[in-house]
Amino acid sequence: MITRDFIQIILFIVLLIGLTPVLGNYMFKVFNGKKHIMIPVLGWLEKLIYKFTGVNSGEEANWKTYTFGLLMFNLIGFVFVFLIQLFQAYLPLNPAHLTNVSWHSAFNTSVSFMTNTNWQGYAGETTMSYFVQMIGLTVQNFVSAATGIAVLLALIRGIARKTTDNLGNFWTDLTRSTLYVLLPLSILFSIVLVGQGVVQNFKTYETVQTLEGSQQIIPMGPAASQIAIKQLGTNGGGFFNANSAHPFENPTPLSNFLEMLAILLIPAALTFTYGKMVGSTRQGWTIFSVMLILLIAGLSISLYAEYAHNPIFGNLHLMEGKETRFGITNSVLWSTSTSAASNGSVNAMHDSLSPISGMIAMINIMLGEVIFGGVGAGLYGMVIFIILTVFIAGLMVGRTPEYLGKKINAFEVKMAIIAVLAPNIVILLFAAWASVIQPGLSSLNNSGPHGLSEILYAYSSAAGNNGSAFAGLNANTMFYNLTLGIGMLIGRFGIIIPVMAIAGSMGRKKITPLSAGTFRTDNSLFIILLIGVIIIIGGLTHFPALSLGPVVEHLLMNLGITF
Amino acid sequence: MKTLYISLKIFLFFTILTGIIYPLMVTGIAQLIFPWKANGSLITKDNEVIGSKLIGQEFDSIIYFSSRPSAVSYNPLPSGGSNYGLTNTKLKELVNERKKQFIAFNQLDSLTFIPLEMLFASASGLDPHISLNAALLQVERIAKARNYTETQKQKLLECIKAHTEKPQFLCFGEERVNVFLLNLDIDKI
Repeated sequence: MITRDFIQIILFIVLLIGLTPVLGNYMFKVFNGKKHIMIPVLGWLEKLIYKFTGVNSGEEANWKTYTFGLLMFNLIGFVFVFLIQLFQAYLPLNPAHLTNVSWHSAFNTSVSFMTNTNWQGYAGETTMSYFVQMIGLTVQNFVSAATGIAVLLALIRGIARKTTDNLGNFWTDLTRSTLYVLLPLSILFSIVLVGQGVVQNFKTYETVQTLEGSQQIIPMGPAASQIAIKQLGTNGGGFFNANSAHPFENPTPLSNFLEMLAILLIPAALTFTYGKMVGSTRQGWTIFSVMLILLIAGLSISLYAEYAHNPIFGNLHLMEGKETRFGITNSVLWSTSTSAASNGSVNAMHDSLSPISGMIAMINIMLGEVIFGGVGAGLYGMVIFIILTVFIAGLMVGRTPEYLGKKINAFEVKMAIIAVLAPNIVILLFAAWASVIQPGLSSLNNSGPHGLSEILYAYSSAAGNNGSAFAGLNANTMFYNLTLGIGMLIGRFGIIIPVMAIAGSMGRKKITPLSAGTFRTDNSLFIILLIGVIIIIGGLTHFPALSLGPVVEHLLMNLGITF
Repeated sequence: MKTLYISLKIFLFFTILTGIIYPLMVTGIAQLIFPWKANGSLITKDNEVIGSKLIGQEFDSIIYFSSRPSAVSYNPLPSGGSNYGLTNTKLKELVNERKKQFIAFNQLDSLTFIPLEMLFASASGLDPHISLNAALLQVERIAKARNYTETQKQKLLECIKAHTEKPQFLCFGEERVNVFLLNLDIDKI
């Protein structure tokens, strides 16, 4: 690594820290109905939406009604995206004359985009028409992120309020986060991206005679508008197959830097919003610190592994699956960020990362997508770990655990455990099943321990709603489309429903005033404890599986063994 | 039932707003401010489109600079990498083969250090760039194949220099040479 590599990393982290309070404060105003700069611009549109849909923005709901609305809305999105894929050949905006998508692939993709996973079993440029990409997928990019924010807001209200059933209004939360946060940022960002060379048009694919006289068909499409929200909404589903490694999706080092920043921007800023909403920005910064420490730890190990010598290729750094304009450091910074944040876009092929770097990406996902995590989802996942941490700390000192004045009882701990177990069960059971049956194994691109890693990564990615892949695995088969689709559903709603139940139960509680005996959740001791709990739960669950995949692969690689 | 109606209406509204108005608006602005880039940064020669500045092309000929190895042979439908793990025997064999080939093709000393991007395939399969070093190693071969005089060879070197992009704002990304644009220009020497 040279100085420039370090400068890029430091600049990245400094900007992330600096933008967190700015955007976090703005979102605080938006979500709490206060005055903010976008009201004069888009306020009329919000009013129009309520008028058109008959939503009463002042009306609040209890956790069950809130969750029911959320599920219903998501279901409609799923059905719509599923259907337009099945019939895309008969629909407009299909200049490349792409055929209808198979039912299992359509199922997988619509679940994937609804759950904010954006796992892609298909290749965009040869599968999806502009119609599906725009009217189906881009919309889900927005509303799945807004759904994550809505769940988080309900949870925060449950924590911050006392003795009430009211957790807010799902429709206003959804509308405000889309209208005032995601949409303006996306418009701005997509224009910047086009300025760097990302395509944005509705033209047919361009057939060219290359300099050497052969034929090349260059795909086109409204890419920038989708890429902007794909990064900002921690979605990650690429317009093109190579995702953000594609020169049309990520043309320059600057576009790369900004796309990387966009991955973590909103999840990071939400920690500040959280702090403001619970009445102490220090609580928000505590969570931010935990996330940042885990991110930097993963990044350091990953960089070290990627720059280390390896006996198979002699004294060479590894450029397989990486782009010249980004180089190794930017590829690793991206792979760490995208896996930590449940984004899942890639600018280098994770399948070709060194075993340990690939494992770090996998661990980031397996820890529950709480290192910044998905928009909204990362933070409500983190609150689950906070509940477990204060519970464990409470056991150690023999006091009833409390968090922000709310007593934590058996119900919250049970729900937290369900939320932690749901994705992990998917990962381990499905991966075990796929690695012993023919439909699972026949999709592999690599053999030996790396083959197991491909399977393990796929189910981690699905259950963690991440969407990145060890993409050598041919996942567009009926077996993988269905099992990964089910995995994504469990990984999303197996957490959302218990989280909403916790929100409901917390909201009904009284707030105990601070006393000398209160266990503090905003100091460095708590940071260490929380990190410990996250690593122990994730680590103990997945260490055996990881040791059979990437760990053993790393050891064999160092002996120069190939498969 | 009420929830279903509201869901449907909100869904319809957001589909129109984020699925139609938003991409159309961005397209409108983009076509107005950056028309060339929004349409794929296409390069024309004699009024024929011959490629995009951003999309690499395959060069086998002895008179052109070679691009990086590509898992999709620079066919963009669809883009992608090899996805070989590092312990994959095929990758090891490919790298060895590419090393030998690059050395033989450019008549280099067998101990020459070959820049890494010439040995490993890119992520997109469409990477338009190689490093400056990789370009310089090919100069002798091209000059010879084109029967260049010493002044023409100097021009060739200047051409490489002109097409070398520094890291953006001095700190982002890597130094690189766009192979397609370079090859386009050396035809004019």
